[in-house]
Amino acid sequence: MATIYIDNVPYEVTAGKNLLEACLTLGFDLPYFCWHPAMGSIGACRQCAVKVYRDENDKTGKLFMSCMEQVRDNLHISIADMEAKEFRAHVIGWLMTNHPHDCAVCDEGGSCHLQDMTVMTGHNYRQYRFDKKTYINQYLGPFLNHEMNRCIQCYRCVRYYKDYAGGKDLDVFAAHNHLYFGRHEDGVLENEFSGNLAEVCPTGVFTDKTLKQHYTRKWDLTTAPSVCHHCSLGCNIVAGERYGSLRNVTNRYNGEVNGYFLCDRGRFGYEHVNSMSRIRKSLVRTQLPEATDKYKALQAAASAIKAGRVIGIGSPRASVESNFVLRTLVGENNFHHGVSDVEHDLSDLALRILRASAARTPSLKEVEKADAVFILGEDLTNTAPMLALAVRQSVRQQPLLEQVSKAKIPVWQDAAVRALLQTEKGPLFIAASTNTKLDELATATFFDSPDAIARLGFAVAHFIHEESPNVNGLTEQEEALAQQIAMTLLAAENPLIISGTSSGSDRILKASANIANALCAKEKSAGIVLTLSECNSMGLAMLGGHKLESAFEAVLNGYADTVIVLENDLYRRAATDKVKQFFEAAKQVIVLDHLHHATSEHASILLAAGAFSEADGTLINNEGRAQRFYQVYPTTEDIQESWRWLGELGTVIAHDQIVHWEGFEDIQKAIGHELPELKGILATAPPADFRIAGQKIPRAPHRFSGRTAMLANINVSEPKPPEDPDNPLTYTMEGYRGQPPSSMIPFFWAPGWNSSQATNKYQQEVGGALRGGDPGVRLIEPNPMPEAPFSTAVPQHFQPLANHLFMLPLYHIFGSEELSTLSPAVAERIPEPYVALNSADAERLRLEEGQLLHFSIEGQAYSLPVKTSAHIPTGTAGMPIGLPAIPYIELPAWAILNGKIQWKQQHQTTF
Amino acid sequence: MEKPLTQHIVPGRKPLSLQEYEAVGGYASVRKILKELTPTEVQNLVKDSNLRGRGGAGFNTGLKWSFVPMGLDAPATKYLVANADEMEPGTFKDRVLLEGNPHQLIEGMIVAAYAIQANISYVFLRWAYKLAAKEITQAIAEAYEAGYLGKSIQGSGYNLEMHLHTGVGRYMCGEETALLNALEGKRANPRAKPPFPQVSGLYGKPTIVNNVETLCCLPHIINNGSEWFKGLSRSADAGTKLFGVSGRVKTPGCWELPMGITIREIMEEYAGGMQDGYLFRGLLPGGASTDFLVEEHLDLPMDYGSIQAAGSRMGTGTMIILDDQTCPVGFVHNLQHFFAQESCGFCTPCRDGLPWVERLLLSIDKGEGRPEDMLALEFHTKYLGPGNTFCALAPGAMEPLQSALKYFREDFEQHIVEHHCPWSTVWQPSI
Repeated sequence: MATIYIDNVPYEVTAGKNLLEACLTLGFDLPYFCWHPAMGSIGACRQCAVKVYRDENDKTGKLFMSCMEQVRDNLHISIADMEAKEFRAHVIGWLMTNHPHDCAVCDEGGSCHLQDMTVMTGHNYRQYRFDKKTYINQYLGPFLNHEMNRCIQCYRCVRYYKDYAGGKDLDVFAAHNHLYFGRHEDGVLENEFSGNLAEVCPTGVFTDKTLKQHYTRKWDLTTAPSVCHHCSLGCNIVAGERYGSLRNVTNRYNGEVNGYFLCDRGRFGYEHVNSMSRIRKSLVRTQLPEATDKYKALQAAASAIKAGRVIGIGSPRASVESNFVLRTLVGENNFHHGVSDVEHDLSDLALRILRASAARTPSLKEVEKADAVFILGEDLTNTAPMLALAVRQSVRQQPLLEQVSKAKIPVWQDAAVRALLQTEKGPLFIAASTNTKLDELATATFFDSPDAIARLGFAVAHFIHEESPNVNGLTEQEEALAQQIAMTLLAAENPLIISGTSSGSDRILKASANIANALCAKEKSAGIVLTLSECNSMGLAMLGGHKLESAFEAVLNGYADTVIVLENDLYRRAATDKVKQFFEAAKQVIVLDHLHHATSEHASILLAAGAFSEADGTLINNEGRAQRFYQVYPTTEDIQESWRWLGELGTVIAHDQIVHWEGFEDIQKAIGHELPELKGILATAPPADFRIAGQKIPRAPHRFSGRTAMLANINVSEPKPPEDPDNPLTYTMEGYRGQPPSSMIPFFWAPGWNSSQATNKYQQEVGGALRGGDPGVRLIEPNPMPEAPFSTAVPQHFQPLANHLFMLPLYHIFGSEELSTLSPAVAERIPEPYVALNSADAERLRLEEGQLLHFSIEGQAYSLPVKTSAHIPTGTAGMPIGLPAIPYIELPAWAILNGKIQWKQQHQTTF
Repeated sequence: MEKPLTQHIVPGRKPLSLQEYEAVGGYASVRKILKELTPTEVQNLVKDSNLRGRGGAGFNTGLKWSFVPMGLDAPATKYLVANADEMEPGTFKDRVLLEGNPHQLIEGMIVAAYAIQANISYVFLRWAYKLAAKEITQAIAEAYEAGYLGKSIQGSGYNLEMHLHTGVGRYMCGEETALLNALEGKRANPRAKPPFPQVSGLYGKPTIVNNVETLCCLPHIINNGSEWFKGLSRSADAGTKLFGVSGRVKTPGCWELPMGITIREIMEEYAGGMQDGYLFRGLLPGGASTDFLVEEHLDLPMDYGSIQAAGSRMGTGTMIILDDQTCPVGFVHNLQHFFAQESCGFCTPCRDGLPWVERLLLSIDKGEGRPEDMLALEFHTKYLGPGNTFCALAPGAMEPLQSALKYFREDFEQHIVEHHCPWSTVWQPSI
């Protein structure tokens, strides 16, 4: 700690920070643009000037940029000094010389950092009396709108996009006051994290193009804290609504999880909520499906359940609560997981590894601090995008620790740190079946089949700890690489192993666990991250349940005749024929979901479930972190949360347990009672009767407009505001004005801070944890004394088969995940189906890029255009998984070729 | 009078070849340091000579070197860069040295590189100096051939590589950290200091950037000693200096003269005094980014301290003369046009302030000025000062403006009041 004097008042601040961070942490309103808490200082905008005095006797002082000054003991500064204030106002004056002053028609208006800072400095009369410059704007793809005229040249966009996120196609062009921030030509911004530009940009140069389709000012949005439903990482989001439609998703700061950023799938994938295929009313099928009201639907479902032998199929995209109520309703023995059997086993294995491993599974924030990383079999950018962004930061950790203190450069001085480190990177090893976007950062890469990856992993574990089983028959090169990886991980302070279920290989997971356990046995504080496939895959695995295959059997062999399918399209989980057969065999199919799909077509009773923005619930991410998401806006009576539907069904049929549950919290209590491991979910959020000063927390900001007029076309009398029984949030602007607990921040706002930069005011220390701690409760902690730390499941070397290709699943951030593909913006980015083939194999098959490869898997014939790749191993091929255009296939699997082809016997690993 | 730097430069004649240069004592300093002096001794010798940087800032060269990490703990790679990006308006002294005697520069660079134990060096040359590029390329090749560059120079075990890099014509690259960024292939934006290039310079490694003239002084200091070098000067600042004069004088040019010679002597004895029919009004003593001096300052000695005391800077020591038939507003506008255009666009006050100043001056010069424009000019001169902007470009740009407002204020006001430029022969009524 250090004592600094601000306008002669002493304050205790953290040493080592910069003065701007210290002032903001103390609550001073000091304007800034180019500094960003996640990206540090560069000193470009000159907005945060303060007077710095030599000592207590110095009365003249000198202007300094607070973002570029290190906090030191006995520092005397003035924020209120007239000269400093005048300078800060002039900076706005300069910045605004060419700004179009188009706030009224600008999407940023009302949540604009430039507006806030302009007001803060007191600059109000324009002195510049000459013409403004104009720019030509660019088309940047479906996600972002570009309006270069508004630019104030703070350089944040290029620093974020290029330096932080590793983007290649956004830059700053030209010089002096002709700077241009954009692409070299019109075109889609390629980086998977481009959407953050909308929040990084302090004004309206980059704005959310999807919001523009149904624009609403921030102050007119009803917002609630939510959790992203588009992958297993559980990034925190704020979802905003007006007039019953979801308008946008913005970042909700969680220091441990996503920090300040989201991936583009998470930010722009929300529009499935507004999709044309929404189920807005329940249906009961007699002759024809017939829309019906809630009570008739409930009655129909209840009689079906009472009459039948019921099984339930849960979902990895439904909340813990919904899955649990279904499990209770049908009975533990009749609860099946609505995931493919391979995925069921892998998720279960991942959970067992985390429970049993001596290594801790770190949060994303902790991943950024890892100083050596080994990724096995995961294409993170496409399966867990924000984890890829965290790994991107981690490779700076090791050179940073080593060099920055030696050169006496503060870590926040970003440009200086980058100039010092140049392209130097810490260790990152990637073993994958094909090239990934992180390869450019890797110390070494290894491209081979999943079994070969597992063998490499086992070898690494063995080199770290001799008790981990040995791998026979490694090539010299593989052995050298395994040695190198083992030595590097051992040399690191915080080595990290990353793997996941996407490769479909249990051996890779086991090898990863061996490495982590081997490191722990050598007393390293090793971490292990396992990514899963969906937002609540972990929650579902923790609930336990039977496989989908056994559900099929149960119906086909007559054990059950009535099926309840929870928020799931089973055609994405198992082969088309099987699913069809299953549904046809079932007497009654009750489907709960918010979207029509192939499964809902089979429903005899279809219950309209709320989308994520219309429901409360808990998700458990891949870290085992339980996080609460809140309903954003009230729905009509016809749509309600799945757990409420199922709970009401339980009450109607007088289920002995469910009948006693009165609401959301009773369900959570029952979960905690039945599954002690999940008890923590009760602590994820304050109870529904939580009040501050007797008041609830408003979802709408106090400037929310039009409330009395919104429904005036229907009834001039203002209706009573809807109540939310499940949580302490109100749907209107009435309620407590101050800051709510960190787990239930509906929007970031503070007096004078209308943009998302108001986040500063919600943190204990700027850039650190939220006040009251970052939300989420970790449910799984490492086991310091694992019983059997080392798996012995070392696979044999992969052998190509004549006339076959071993087809591997390939993932796409845009396309592989079900819900986001229904967002029109995301849909534009979905690739066409293809098959990826090793270039040499393609040559052997006499196929050129774009020509069709004909093959069949499990009797299903495919003809897909070839994309050649130098990395995919020979004898294998890759196929995008989950694309709307491709029906379910269980991958990896052997594909039979229509022609005869002999592979080279000794296949080659590429590095 | 000794003229060590220019003694072998004859205008219009090809520069000395390596053999010719060796014949007149060239590269003696290299042989001397490699045989007789440790790097630290070279540093101390130069520090003692009180050689101050000739690029304009006037920092003690030996002292600058002393911040480079030395010894076994120091990074293995270090760099020496010759700043030959001479783009200061009115300045053409380095050009004389570059075109006239490139071997002298190379010799100086070897001395400097040896002093900091750098093994790689660059000449960062202004794009437009095509002739110099040709001569330096040839000279470097000759030096490699003769074993003054490359592996184990003269069998000493000391290695030095040298490369010529020609810029793309940006004034900003004269600033040493922007030069380093440009050399790395990045935008020529300056870097924040600290860290200084001595610690984290080119590619993040310890780097010294010295001006061409500074480097050219080194062989002579090594050969003749620090006392001799101090003795060349008439003032506290050691050595000779290349002074230049441009403007309406009879014989504009560039001369190597003792440090501390008076402005009047340079102007009258060497530049031949004002052209007939023109009267002296003021001068910029060291390039476009220095404050005006006027009649009362003409007897000041040209050295760092004296000029600074008069409220200006010696800068590069190449003066620009303002005469009575040139409009001071137009004169300053021309300079501001240059600075606004050469701003890299990194920091706000410079990027957006300089074009504002330029347009104000243009407007005043056209007779469209308004009384409040004077206030706008003044707040720019106040707030574009050192420390408020990221680097010294904008503060430098404000120096001629603030002194013009001081010495020629009535001319500015006359423009505004009369709505026309008194120097303009055409009456331009304001619109």
